[in-house]
Amino acid sequence: MTVKDIAERLELTLKCGEDGVGREVSGGYVGDLLSLVMGKAQSGNAWVTIQTNINIVAVASLTDAAMIILAEGLSPDPNAAKRADMEGIPVYSSEKTAFELVCELKDLV
Amino acid sequence: MSEPLMKLHYTVDGTDFTVAGEASGAVKKVLKQLGISADVIRKVAIAMYECEINMVIHARGGVIDVEISPDKIRMIHKDVGPGIPDVEKAMTEGFSTASQQVRELGFGAGMGLPNMKKYTDEMNIDTELGVGTTVDMTVYIK
Repeated sequence: MTVKDIAERLELTLKCGEDGVGREVSGGYVGDLLSLVMGKAQSGNAWVTIQTNINIVAVASLTDAAMIILAEGLSPDPNAAKRADMEGIPVYSSEKTAFELVCELKDLV
Repeated sequence: MSEPLMKLHYTVDGTDFTVAGEASGAVKKVLKQLGISADVIRKVAIAMYECEINMVIHARGGVIDVEISPDKIRMIHKDVGPGIPDVEKAMTEGFSTASQQVRELGFGAGMGLPNMKKYTDEMNIDTELGVGTTVDMTVYIK
């Protein structure tokens, strides 16, 4: 399933990084401590977090995550959005909690 | 011992979190162009990023030298920060001296040095209080 497919199924709002929406997603990770995410997230993952600063883009890029989903209605900081556009890493927002998002993601990736 | 095929040099700005990760991102791109395996790239990128972040959080920045050889990638991170009082303690998962402000950004989980150790084949820390720290890491290309 692609990033775009997942976004449609979970009713996510695209915030930035549109160039990467065609990528295949495999598996996921949820977490807000970036060093843990660095060590645990795998290539192609959908990453659910409540962090919104620019470092999430660096972490997603370095771990080769396919997409970032911000829970609780959060949006990326302006400089994070700019970097995500540059790197082509899609960042989505959802009003749902991280728990609700992960429950729905479970059957899709 | 083989001579490095390529040497890269980066300066890490110690005042700006928003540029941390630029060196590791740049090295990742170079390694990709060289056709290095995704697994090796991941190890190098994670170890370098953790070290870059540490340089910003604790040491007001520093310099990174990367040497790419046919059989290994060596990353030497050098700062003139405060030094690490107890390296063994700093290597313990969960131990962190990062400020609240830094923690709010998602850092300070106490996983930095353990992650560097985990993702590299060789790691050596040379530190002196009030003088600085050099973290020398190598990842082998298998």
